[in-house]
Amino acid sequence: MEFHYHIEGGDFSRAGSASSEVKKILKQLNVDPRVIKRVVVALYEAEVNVVAHAHEGNMTVTLDPGSIEAVVEDKGPGIADIDLAMQEGYSTASPRVREMGFGAGMGLPNIKKNCDRLDIKSVVNAGTTVKMTTFFTG
Amino acid sequence: MQVKDIIQALQLTPRAGANGLDREISGGYVSDLLSDVMGHAREGQVWITIQAHKNVMAIASLKELAAVVLVRDRLPDEDTAAAANDESIPVLSTPLDAFEASGRLRDLLREG
Repeated sequence: MEFHYHIEGGDFSRAGSASSEVKKILKQLNVDPRVIKRVVVALYEAEVNVVAHAHEGNMTVTLDPGSIEAVVEDKGPGIADIDLAMQEGYSTASPRVREMGFGAGMGLPNIKKNCDRLDIKSVVNAGTTVKMTTFFTG
Repeated sequence: MQVKDIIQALQLTPRAGANGLDREISGGYVSDLLSDVMGHAREGQVWITIQAHKNVMAIASLKELAAVVLVRDRLPDEDTAAAANDESIPVLSTPLDAFEASGRLRDLLREG
């Protein structure tokens, strides 16, 4: 099963709506609530990253019997140093975004903690692809 | 303990989402950083914060929090209030600051 969502860059009023749709579907499919809780955190952070940093993006969620894979792909500034971006507390968010309580440098660490496999590929001035996999067992 | 049971002690005024006042409270979480709440708050907690914009409700809904308490008499933005009504998650204002509101909530939860 595969689901697609579009994410608009800069539109904070809609931030979280794709994650919310995925959550509803996972609940309907009776996925383990503990898995849903983790997936939702990772998806939300990835979605907000697109809204806060990129021009636009797409979320594709693939549901298999043993795992959930989510790919969030954006067109945007990219990440120059992924290791640095993974560090808790590091952020390039604008003052406006920080004032809202985002941009604390916790997004990517939250993603890492809440999925079993994380793969980030980025090209500066082109975009970023974040692939998150969560397994149902273990 | 339900959300309506903490109204008096925390000097709360319901601003939106009043149809969720019977939600059960499991605890509390205090933070103004959204990713901190996303990463660490747990289902059924009351979120005490000064942030009043709509993204607060996205998080409250995704994390299935019991309620949002806005400190120092902050009012929810219009779209925040609308989302609170849609999600049946109460948003309440208190004249107290975050320290005092948290202390009183903790006392209530300890007393059971």
